[in-house]
Amino acid sequence: MRHSLRETWSGLRRNLAMTIAVIVTMGVSLSLLGAGLLTSMEVDLAKRSLYDQIEISVFLCTEQTQGGQCEPGKATTDAQRAQIQETLEANPEVDEVIYESKEAAFEEFERVFADSPVLASRTVDDMQDSFRVSLVNPENYEGVVSEAKGLQGVQNVQDLHTVLDPMFKWLATLQWATITMSALLLVAAALQIANTIRMAAFTRRREIGIMRLVGASNLYILLPFLLESLVAGGIGIILAAGAITFGYWFVVVQNAATSITALPWITWGDLGTAILGIAAVGVTLSIVPTLLATRKYLRI
Amino acid sequence: MITFEDVTKFYPGQDRPALRNINLEIDRGEFVFLVGQSGSGKTTFIRLILREYRPTKGTLYVAGKNLTTMNQWKVPALRRQIGTVFQDFRLLPGKTVYENVAFALQVIGRPAREIRRIVPETLELVGLAGKADRASDELSGGEQQRVAIARAFVNRPKILIADEPTGNLDPETSVGIMKLLDRINKADTTVIMATHDSSIVDQMRRRVLELRHGELVRDQVKGIYGTA
Repeated sequence: MRHSLRETWSGLRRNLAMTIAVIVTMGVSLSLLGAGLLTSMEVDLAKRSLYDQIEISVFLCTEQTQGGQCEPGKATTDAQRAQIQETLEANPEVDEVIYESKEAAFEEFERVFADSPVLASRTVDDMQDSFRVSLVNPENYEGVVSEAKGLQGVQNVQDLHTVLDPMFKWLATLQWATITMSALLLVAAALQIANTIRMAAFTRRREIGIMRLVGASNLYILLPFLLESLVAGGIGIILAAGAITFGYWFVVVQNAATSITALPWITWGDLGTAILGIAAVGVTLSIVPTLLATRKYLRI
Repeated sequence: MITFEDVTKFYPGQDRPALRNINLEIDRGEFVFLVGQSGSGKTTFIRLILREYRPTKGTLYVAGKNLTTMNQWKVPALRRQIGTVFQDFRLLPGKTVYENVAFALQVIGRPAREIRRIVPETLELVGLAGKADRASDELSGGEQQRVAIARAFVNRPKILIADEPTGNLDPETSVGIMKLLDRINKADTTVIMATHDSSIVDQMRRRVLELRHGELVRDQVKGIYGTA
């Protein structure tokens, strides 16, 4: 064991420049990977919470509105209004139907835009009466939307999917870009490790030859190389873990979680999971290239 | 100790076998010379015993183990029972005489206390008692070969294989090396020595195996180098 440790230490010192290169590449690529993992956890959380709250808004006709099932120049009649409410409430996918008159909508508008010049540009008559429909299962929205669109007196049906879907699509693209970049860097790190170890094995080929000849076990021969790449990989993992921990603390704990309380945020536990993930990747990417690089010298 | 049963070895991509239908038995404690021209199969013979290669056909037993079917992971255990010496010594240049010999025990995990006892004993046996702390690359060729023999013998193997151990040495030095191998053989170690040195073979009068084009053409008790 002492022999292995001594050889590991001298190997690390001999290849100091390469070792530093491995540590830096490993650290940066694993940080990126960790950031990608955390982002994707957060996106999942936000998605679930936002989609769970999704309501469908069914807007009714006014005298000015066009399109949908409106008759030009006519507002939705009381009979139509009652019919719409009845139909919506009869749908088994619908949980609750709330009526919002245009007056109520304007009050809400006034509240939201209280300090804004936009307020002056609107009157009560610019608003529309609407039904707010919440669903039993927010994922099954399409049936309700298409049914509502076909009802007489309905001008338009809006659901947040049309807003959220493109946003999450972009977020997913961003995540994939991050993960692809980190994957490329990880390949570079693995190749660097393979190269470093191949050089180290080459400089020690005489010793290795004699070790094999006198019957040293493969593990014994391999151990200094494995330890060498694990030390470099391990430091890279620690750097990356530090980086994403700091990132989590700064971005989420210090800022986002206090200023955006409407969304759920990933926890320290999720951070732990991400760190375990990058550690597993880092250790694998240290061991596998080492085994491949030394195979030639260990073949009996 | 070593049994070849109809052993044939082909190297990949070659249509002539390096060894063809070898049948022989080497008993415990024997001293055997392996002679033949370059390319006659001596090196292949040795590498098969060391299990660097498997026979293509036939069965080979070494120290009671069937090498043809032996698992890869058992090879180190086999090699611990075989000491090997080469023409070019193969010492580690950065290490002292003592360290070179101790290395062979360290890497198979022998305890340090045992190493401190056995290494000086072995150096004494090969006649290098006073040179333990010398750098191995400052020694003469004959002394370097003694270090190599000490390293091969330090684990007290059952078999010692010497591949042209006197090939790089002058005749006088060679005699010293042969005396040493003889002493090791008398300590109940089977010695197999491949050589081109006819005078040594003729003087020692031990069993001679002659290979020609991969075939065993002579197996002679108390033999001489040439067939004539």
